[in-house]
Amino acid sequence: MPVVTQESGLNTPPANLVPARITHLRLLEAESIHILREVASEFERPVMLYSIGKDSSVMLRLAQKAFFPGPIPFPLLHVDTGFKFHEMIAFRDAMARSVGAKLLVWRNEPAIAAGTNPIVLDTRRCCGLLKTQALLDALRHYKFDAAFGGARRDEEKSRAKERVYSFRDHAGQWDPKNQRPELWNLYNAHVHPGESIRVFPLSNWTEMDVWQYIHAENIPVVDLYFAKERPMYVRGDALLPIEQDFVARPGEKPQMVKSRLRSLGCSPCTGAIRSDAETIPDIIAELISFRSSERANRAIDHDQEGSMEIKKREGYF
Amino acid sequence: MVASTLSEFSIHDFLGQESAKDLLRFSTAGSVDDGKSTLIGRLLYDTQSVYEDQVRSIEGKGTTAPGQIDFALLTDGLRAEREQGITIDVAYRYFSTARRKFIIADTPGHEQYTRNMATGASTADAAVVLIDATKGVLVQSRRHAYIAALLRVQHVLVAVNKMDLAGYDESVFRTIEQDFLSVLAQISADTGTTTEARFVPVSALAGDNIVHGSRAMPWYTGPSLLELLESLPASQEVQAAPFRMPVQRVLRPDHTFRGFAGQIGSGVVRVGDAIVALPSGKSAKVERIVTWDGDLEEAVAPLSVTLVLDRELDISRGDLIASASAPATVANRARAALVWMDQRPLDRSRRYLLKHTSHTVPVFVSSIEHRTRVDTLAHEPAETLDMNSIGVVALHLLRPIAFDRYAENRSTGAFILIDPATNTTVAAGMISAVLDADSGEQDPWGPVTVGEREARWGHRGGVLELAGPKALIDAVERSLFAIGAVTSRMDADGDALRADEDLAALVAALQADSGLLTLLVRTEESGALTAKAEGVEITVEDGDFLRVVSAVHQLLHRAGTLISTEKAHL
Repeated sequence: MPVVTQESGLNTPPANLVPARITHLRLLEAESIHILREVASEFERPVMLYSIGKDSSVMLRLAQKAFFPGPIPFPLLHVDTGFKFHEMIAFRDAMARSVGAKLLVWRNEPAIAAGTNPIVLDTRRCCGLLKTQALLDALRHYKFDAAFGGARRDEEKSRAKERVYSFRDHAGQWDPKNQRPELWNLYNAHVHPGESIRVFPLSNWTEMDVWQYIHAENIPVVDLYFAKERPMYVRGDALLPIEQDFVARPGEKPQMVKSRLRSLGCSPCTGAIRSDAETIPDIIAELISFRSSERANRAIDHDQEGSMEIKKREGYF
Repeated sequence: MVASTLSEFSIHDFLGQESAKDLLRFSTAGSVDDGKSTLIGRLLYDTQSVYEDQVRSIEGKGTTAPGQIDFALLTDGLRAEREQGITIDVAYRYFSTARRKFIIADTPGHEQYTRNMATGASTADAAVVLIDATKGVLVQSRRHAYIAALLRVQHVLVAVNKMDLAGYDESVFRTIEQDFLSVLAQISADTGTTTEARFVPVSALAGDNIVHGSRAMPWYTGPSLLELLESLPASQEVQAAPFRMPVQRVLRPDHTFRGFAGQIGSGVVRVGDAIVALPSGKSAKVERIVTWDGDLEEAVAPLSVTLVLDRELDISRGDLIASASAPATVANRARAALVWMDQRPLDRSRRYLLKHTSHTVPVFVSSIEHRTRVDTLAHEPAETLDMNSIGVVALHLLRPIAFDRYAENRSTGAFILIDPATNTTVAAGMISAVLDADSGEQDPWGPVTVGEREARWGHRGGVLELAGPKALIDAVERSLFAIGAVTSRMDADGDALRADEDLAALVAALQADSGLLTLLVRTEESGALTAKAEGVEITVEDGDFLRVVSAVHQLLHRAGTLISTEKAHL
């Protein structure tokens, strides 16, 4: 019957006329998965720098998604300064086990044995030895030619100009004036032996995107992100977590403060904030009301004008 | 950040609202000092996307009057920039409003950094072109509009800035509008794309028509720049194009599963769809669309998925899975527009690597059809393209690839060129046509021409006579082989042919006519290397291989056998 033909025609309109609306998180996810797959396919020995923080947690989930139903085809590397919060280390080991990824841990043992800390040295030299030097040693030791990092461009001004594929010379150094142009989603993976690429799959994510994704995807994060009564040294606006004895000034006594960490770093250099945010939606709500950027309580970024850029030039992530 | 009173605030409403937001990417472009950084700083500041500590860190600094904030300092990131007071590289910024999330590719306006403008435009849905109201339409504004059109940025928003310095005068604005519309008409004629432009009179410094309207310009009743950005349709044409998915990786966790992982470049794929794998042309049906979050019935661009097919096809990384009813073109010759981005100019005698979708193929630029003068849009003949120049070229790929015209499909029509010697990205390219041997000037059944041979081999036929130590001769042959030259070697003491010098010369000449580079070699115990081509003879004392090889290459360039940038003829 002609009527039936007409009806079936109406029931199957060309779907292309009604474009699917894709949310910004799905778009960011698709872009990051594309980057993870490109690197895993084009480099000989990639590695994922796993720093235990919220960005690393998102990056790890994206890696699980990118290669599903297969395993993550590269190891995770944690550069341990010896000053990480003990909750971080326990979380790290549990995560690596649960995703079935190989975890490598690298410490600059000679510097740690020599008692390197940010009070004796300044934070810049301490980071240089325990983070930058350790990272470069690890990359060299394992001959990694590509290393994923969870850095985002919205974190800090010098990061805004970082490429997704950030080229590093033999010494692991970054030359901001001589970056390769990066067009469309066509990444240039060509390096000479000894040179390497740092890859930032979360380049286009903001702090808000990261939290929303953690919420939407139920991604586990370290407990330190959630507000609890914790012992802190209180210095003006700054809250210093009690983890290392040498942080305390003579006569200084810790107080219990309901607080949380906004970003996870080394305990002597990471300030906590007063907070009542006990859940991810609480954290997101807090973020909206925040009037300071997330790295503001990181001592390391402030000790010198443009300090992040200087460290990156030297090989820092 | 979204402005919101905390008392009324419900995080669950907020998260619901957020999940409905889409994403718009736009690039900004402007000439030196037309206030682009100030405009972006203002956009971030007025949408409450800047944190207080960031504002505090720049207060009292910069070049503005006391009490005012120098918004440019919010975006000028690198030390060198702060020292020079200019923006030198593409920077990405993020902000969001209640309606939409935005990614800004903030690109510098200096002529020497035009490559960055193209970089920013390559992923943009819209371009904001700035014009200084006190200066009118400058070459840089033309250049930016041209690159935006060339890279098919769909929407162009023209912000006529510094209206405060032009007395907020409507006639200034209208004159610039008319001037720029005629520029855009020229550009459309050149690029074959129509660019829809919207004009807004603004003052980034004073905040007029950036986020809010302007009391100073009652004659302008249109939307502010941000209102325009919020209302532009997000790029959806990518979903309307035929299905394309470049294979990034074959996933084979065990013998029961074989899936093809990739990001959908365009279109929609559904379970049961007929597809072809290109360039092989083998067909199959989609059996599953696999993701970590569960199988899908359909997936659209630009999602990243894994496809399982209903039969075993030999598909590997670099292949294109395409709609069977509208497959892509497979060819090894194409016409393309190039934006040259490297200090070393295009060298037609050299082999480059072309990265397109998920594969990399060696390529020669066989000819340059023209170079476009960006200031006048005039086409002029050219032997080469240097940094920041734009031209149309013919490409000869050493393997066929599956592609679409860039005008029809950004994802399968775009490529970059990589210099295999330095590993740097030297050009961005956009395919505009297939050039196959069966079309164009060539007679499909006629003789193979010298030009065709040149295009294939990347050099002309010729004879190179070499006499000297074997190690040096081997190094020269090796170096010619390395650049992709097709050589044929005849040794004086090894080949029976060489016993008859006349016969040897005849064979060499015949081979030269066929486009080959014949090496007539005489090895000697020691001493210098003598090389002769097209009647020019050079002698190089025994030194390091690099010096000897380079001298011989120069000789071949002088002789016209290797097509060099200094001496190339169409």
